[in-house]
Amino acid sequence: MSAPSILLQLALQRANFHLAIDVNVPSRGVTVLFGPSGSGKTTVLRCVAGLERASGRIANGDEIWQDDQRQIFVPTWQRELGYVFQEASLFEHLDVRRNLEFGLNRLRIERQAARAALDEVIELLGISGLLDRSTVNLSGGEKQRVAIARALVTKPKILLLDEPLASLDIARRKEILPWLERLHRELQIPVIYVTHSLDELARLADHVVMLDQGRVSASGKLQDICTHPIMAMAAGDEAGVVIESTIQRIDREFHLAEVGFGNGTLWVRDGGVPAGAPIRVRILARDVSLATNAQSSSTIQNVISGVIESITSEVHASQALVSVRCGEAVLLSRVTHRALATLQLREGSPVWCQVKSAALID
Amino acid sequence: MSLSADSGQAIVLTLQLAAITTLILLLLATPIAWWLARTSSRWRGVIIALITLPLVLPPTVLGFYILLSLGPDGWIGNLTQSLGIGLLSFSFTGLVIGSVIFSLPFAVYPILYAFEMLGRRPLEVAATLRANPLDAFFSVALPLAKPGLLTAAVLTFAHTVGEFGVVLMIGGDIPGETRVVATQLFGYVEAMEYEAAHRLAALMVAFSFVMLIALTRLRKRAGAALP
Repeated sequence: MSAPSILLQLALQRANFHLAIDVNVPSRGVTVLFGPSGSGKTTVLRCVAGLERASGRIANGDEIWQDDQRQIFVPTWQRELGYVFQEASLFEHLDVRRNLEFGLNRLRIERQAARAALDEVIELLGISGLLDRSTVNLSGGEKQRVAIARALVTKPKILLLDEPLASLDIARRKEILPWLERLHRELQIPVIYVTHSLDELARLADHVVMLDQGRVSASGKLQDICTHPIMAMAAGDEAGVVIESTIQRIDREFHLAEVGFGNGTLWVRDGGVPAGAPIRVRILARDVSLATNAQSSSTIQNVISGVIESITSEVHASQALVSVRCGEAVLLSRVTHRALATLQLREGSPVWCQVKSAALID
Repeated sequence: MSLSADSGQAIVLTLQLAAITTLILLLLATPIAWWLARTSSRWRGVIIALITLPLVLPPTVLGFYILLSLGPDGWIGNLTQSLGIGLLSFSFTGLVIGSVIFSLPFAVYPILYAFEMLGRRPLEVAATLRANPLDAFFSVALPLAKPGLLTAAVLTFAHTVGEFGVVLMIGGDIPGETRVVATQLFGYVEAMEYEAAHRLAALMVAFSFVMLIALTRLRKRAGAALP
């Protein structure tokens, strides 16, 4: 028995592009393939689907989809996967319902099971009002929701999404993100999600594979990748960490929510999420400053104690990225080298992290 | 306005010829167009040139070579003789063969254009939804290329109705066998029967006009503007 993970060993040589990756993707949760355009993210995803062919091996759990040594290449239509393209790519000659039924009609399952599968995805993506509409006059967000439902209705063993929000404007992205977050919470199958957006990464990723010029530059759990120097470099001004936690209580008077964090708590803006609910909080390195004592007379109310774990020099010679361990969690802080020297901070120094702002994102 | 029996016979024969030619060409041109739209073969250019040839050649030249190949010393003639069918020159079947070759570009081009406009995406989507290539061709590619298929059918039909040079070369002018509207009209004019010629000619004008309107309507319903 092979380990229940998704194996990707791919090599491809093109005129200006060389792909060489060997990575295991967990068979649970959302794995984000992250990288700049031209890094090979989409090519990797298309290879997983069999839409493009690189040399190597691809296996989803026990199912081998490609193995050049054993001359195995399963054609796309025989791979149990769901694929969502950057543009929704709905069939224009079919209405919404027939688009959804397209894949369903090609499965050998009973009518009742098909009916149930259909109802399930219609509910999951909230598209019951669109069923009898033509695909032509749907909004971009609606089209993409139908496309996701269409991919899920065949009950695939893996869902592949290729920048599903990239072709939408910001308003439409905001409309569709909650549905993606719902998929993230409710889907039992592995998801591979291609994006170059840090926001989508922070909201949806459980695991991250970073690609750069056809190679894996870093991979691991979201929390570990956030503090990885390569990620910090790639994120630049947006470098930060994502904390997964729960809301402990809500302060109705000041409209704040208290979130468990490391060995303390953090107050964030109340976004209407009830106490006890799992949430994600994103804290950017530029919003965290360091102090050697717990100042009490400051407008910054979120102060958490920790120990400096590492100090990385950044792109600009004046700046350093400090990672601070606060119990189980790690915070990133961007400070100047001069400030570090003045306060005599080094690895192992105890510090107080002043968190100026923390955004609730889930 | 009444038509002579000769004209009536010629009209029926013409419609039969056009219908059979259109049917054969749709079946023939669709796979050719599909191949041309998707292949990266180095023979693509040569095949396209061959298909386009009837468009630029004078119909009499085309007719002459088809006549030769259908004749007793031609390769088709040899084949049909050895099969016991006899010779096809100066027969309705010969006329169908000639028409198919003559109208080939009019059938292939609109379908090829439609397939190329389609791109690969709809077929990739179909594949990710468990449709095998043949299934995807019939359930996705063909329905989406419908405007192109309609255009091909109408153009082929109209073009076949209007052909003259090829018909005269390989069919001669045998009433009830190879005498179509165009040759019948020519016959009337030769015999100075201008009255009968007028009726037939006017009918052809009306027919062509109606065909073009029908084409526009059909394409509009199939969801496409005229090319």
